[in-house]
Amino acid sequence: MRNKVYASFDEAVADVPDGATFMSGGFAGIGVPRNLLMALVRQGAKDLTGISNNTGGQGEVIDVGKLVENGQIRKMVCAFSAAPHPSRANLFEKLNEQGLVEAELVPQGTLAERMRAAGAGIGAFYTPTGVGTETAEGKEHREFNGRTYVLEYPLHADYAFVRAYRADTFGNLQFRRSQRNFNPVMAMAAKITIAEVEQDIVELGELDPDSIHTPGIVVDRVVKIPPPPEGIWDTPNRR
Amino acid sequence: MAEEKTPLDRQTMCNRIAMEFQDGWVVNLGVGMPTLCSNYDFGDTDILFQSENGVIGYGPLSPEGEEDIHLVNAGGQHVTLQQGAAIIHHADSFSLIRAGYIDVTVMGAYEVAENGDFANWKTAGRKGGGIGGAMDLAVGAKQVFIAMEHTTREGAPRLLKRCTLPVTATGVVKKVVTNLGLFDITPEGFVLREIAPGYTPEEVQAATEATLVIAPDLKEFRVS
Repeated sequence: MRNKVYASFDEAVADVPDGATFMSGGFAGIGVPRNLLMALVRQGAKDLTGISNNTGGQGEVIDVGKLVENGQIRKMVCAFSAAPHPSRANLFEKLNEQGLVEAELVPQGTLAERMRAAGAGIGAFYTPTGVGTETAEGKEHREFNGRTYVLEYPLHADYAFVRAYRADTFGNLQFRRSQRNFNPVMAMAAKITIAEVEQDIVELGELDPDSIHTPGIVVDRVVKIPPPPEGIWDTPNRR
Repeated sequence: MAEEKTPLDRQTMCNRIAMEFQDGWVVNLGVGMPTLCSNYDFGDTDILFQSENGVIGYGPLSPEGEEDIHLVNAGGQHVTLQQGAAIIHHADSFSLIRAGYIDVTVMGAYEVAENGDFANWKTAGRKGGGIGGAMDLAVGAKQVFIAMEHTTREGAPRLLKRCTLPVTATGVVKKVVTNLGLFDITPEGFVLREIAPGYTPEEVQAATEATLVIAPDLKEFRVS
């Protein structure tokens, strides 16, 4: 089986072109591919469309917000495009208010299911979520068994950036605890999936085939996160 | 009987909501005030807390210094796992949510209307918003309970005839607890069931835009 190990994050994201669409995993700061996102900041691709739960933190937080700060983002597809209170607005929200970036706000379950549909070969699906709200305006509605549903389409991407706990050289992935979140769904929805991996990347046969969360056939590149300070590691959330 | 007039504090409000949870229920708590429901002492009542990031069966918050770096609830708080917990990915998590495997979701709101509509994702005059998992939970959970302040900081009512803000879902709210009391939403509208100590139904009505039905057996707000 092909060895998909890349030596560096910079090599792994080198071919991301201007105008690409990427997915970035993570939820509430856990399972965020921080090293790949910073490599993309260094790489400098512009006019990007990002698909992620939110549009990034601020200050020292390393996530998709760093691409926003660097002017690389044209549009975000997300479940949060604004903070609960205007006083906590992030840069993306301010740029969105000024019309300098575009936001497509999607209910979180619909966001996940649109990714799942893309990775599952599904052409479209009907969901009850959002019926009667702004998010369903202009979309096809249909009634099944007395309940109204709205038609939603798959979300595909050119690249998916994910963060995993363990991987083998073929790209079979395991996640740990709530690190899993969107990551396995994104891995199946993109043309090229790149994983940053916390533990040492192991030889074929070392991971239990019954305990693989994402099969290597949908993963294209894996990079081991080096020790700090070169690698970006998580610290506990303070909330 | 000049009883002290004190609005209910948030923990008291959330304790009252938590008293409604029944043995074996799967419970989803929204970010912010609703998370306080998990502080209630459930005794022998078996409650399973589910979080939309795919954690089924989380327990108390982790003490500082003992956090599991890979484990948080939907609010990003580091939590512990109950024995028997399970982890799934986001698409599966929302499959469970939409399909009705969650018995109750408790959320905050800016506005609730007497027809069961509520609004909690976008404030007036802003372009963006934060839907998160609220729309999925609102249509998928078997019951939607709301915990919120009765009025805005400026004193404007938030229990309305119709929502003025963009709604999260229509016709789904069953029960609302505010700092002034406990309300059921019925075909007749808001029914005031329990009232904060020292308040009269007239005072609660004065802080409410919708017309309240006063329960014939109106009680003082239960704390246990």
